[in-house]
Amino acid sequence: MSGVSRRALPGFGLGLGYAIAYLTLLVLIPLAACLAKAASLGPSEFVAAAWTPRAVAAYKLTFGVALAAAAVNVVLGLIVAWTLVRYQFWGKRLVDALVDVPLALPTAVAGLVYASLYVPNGWIGQFLTPLGIQAAYSRLGIVLVLVFTGFPFVVRTVQPVLDDIDAEMEEAASVLGASRWQTFRRVLLPTLIPPALTGFALAFARGLGEYGSVIFISSNKIFETEIAPMLILVRLEEYSYAEAAAIATVLLGFSFVLLAAINYLEYRSKRNAG
Amino acid sequence: MPANPQPATVVLAPPSRDNRDPWYVRWALIGLTLGIVGLLIVVPLASVFVQATAKGLYVYWDNLVANADTRHAVFLTMVVAPVAVAMNVVFGVAAAWAIARFRFRGRGLLITLIDLPFSVSPVVAGLVFVLIFGLQTPLGLWLRDHGYQVIFAPPALVLATAFVTFPFVARELIPVLEAVGPDEELAARSLGASGWQLFWWITVPNIKWGLLYGVILCNARAMGEFGAVYVVSGRIEGQTDTMPLRVQKLWEGSNNPAAFALASVLTMLALVTLVLKVLIEPKVRSEQEAGKTAETE
Repeated sequence: MSGVSRRALPGFGLGLGYAIAYLTLLVLIPLAACLAKAASLGPSEFVAAAWTPRAVAAYKLTFGVALAAAAVNVVLGLIVAWTLVRYQFWGKRLVDALVDVPLALPTAVAGLVYASLYVPNGWIGQFLTPLGIQAAYSRLGIVLVLVFTGFPFVVRTVQPVLDDIDAEMEEAASVLGASRWQTFRRVLLPTLIPPALTGFALAFARGLGEYGSVIFISSNKIFETEIAPMLILVRLEEYSYAEAAAIATVLLGFSFVLLAAINYLEYRSKRNAG
Repeated sequence: MPANPQPATVVLAPPSRDNRDPWYVRWALIGLTLGIVGLLIVVPLASVFVQATAKGLYVYWDNLVANADTRHAVFLTMVVAPVAVAMNVVFGVAAAWAIARFRFRGRGLLITLIDLPFSVSPVVAGLVFVLIFGLQTPLGLWLRDHGYQVIFAPPALVLATAFVTFPFVARELIPVLEAVGPDEELAARSLGASGWQLFWWITVPNIKWGLLYGVILCNARAMGEFGAVYVVSGRIEGQTDTMPLRVQKLWEGSNNPAAFALASVLTMLALVTLVLKVLIEPKVRSEQEAGKTAETE
């Protein structure tokens, strides 16, 4: 649909004006204040604040766990999306609805319950401890809880694409003599990669900033299990506002690059779709 | 960035389709899916309720209502979340009206900026308000001298919550309003309706399910927000603890049954949200399709 003339319908100025004013006051000015505070440090002080060994360790950890969780979610998401679109089974609609639980469940609840499940005497932890796996209060625990919070993204980006794939395309492949596995690898998989990539980026972005669920299951040890958002809070509690802002600026930089990547991925898949 | 990607339109495939995979592949994948959803989602949900009621229903109830700080946390969440949601509803409607009905320079940029808060860590979202309103700033001091406390008080909780949930309503409304199309509004206009008449009698009824859908998603996130409010609240017991913050404090104090009791209330809110979501989704879709058929007629 193309837009209507500004004379045909009222409210353009009011709507746009209000939207921009609210956006500026609530989002843009506060974010700019953070950048300004970080900039007040000057280049060398900024590096000294945002690039300490402790901070670098926190960035690496945050990146690593978010990346690992997003990668796991690509595999899980493809399996779940495939099953939900292709097969009929009892309870399918319930399973489909349950996929959205991580979007609705408060992250604090997720962190609380995951921590309690994976402690050595927890429901699941009791089976892992004999195997020598320590899930709670370790990096593995952080990945686990990030897998939970990022779980819906890949499923929900892949599902509609899988649903739209023309049955005829697959039939053509099999008529031409492709085996089922060849059809999957050569015909289906290439179409599933762009949405899976978008889902991966969304889960990754979510994992980078996640805080509420992580602090429950992480031991928050410096250099080991201290994620970057946690370090911001540590600086804040020391009243080191500029240092906190510097670390936040680095995190913001990561997320904006990722946001640009997601927009590009979505733009490309939309263009390919027609 | 779609934190809530559009729900898949589940068109059932012709039955022949799923039989093309060998039975063992089918069974293995269904089994894996049930295992994944079971382990990731069902077991944790069940565990919340089991641990909350482990010492009996009486203790469970007592954990919820006997403690004044817990009661205050529930009250505070019930105040902060609706205010933040209301703020974002007004914004969502205004932004959707401008974006869906008109074309203007910077429209694409505005759409991208609406998604911005989704990619900001909640902790950073809280931090920015501390940097503006904290007592280390002139503005913070000036406000305090005039009797307004923002940081470590409910206003900051509202601001931080509104920031984090900023995109929800607008994101849901823009596609619905676009799909509905301007024809009815143009007709009403030509018959002499005023701007607000047109809005309340034509636009709002046309988008009501989409609006409700956005409100429900926004509210779920607002009530459950943790990171952003954690930073701005100061976590003063009985004053600035919202429900999720209270859960964390109880857990820190090793009061697990009480932490899980309060967590179970939040879990129930999440489950109610999902049920409403499933119920409303078809209505949002038919709202959009009504617009599309009207266009082709």
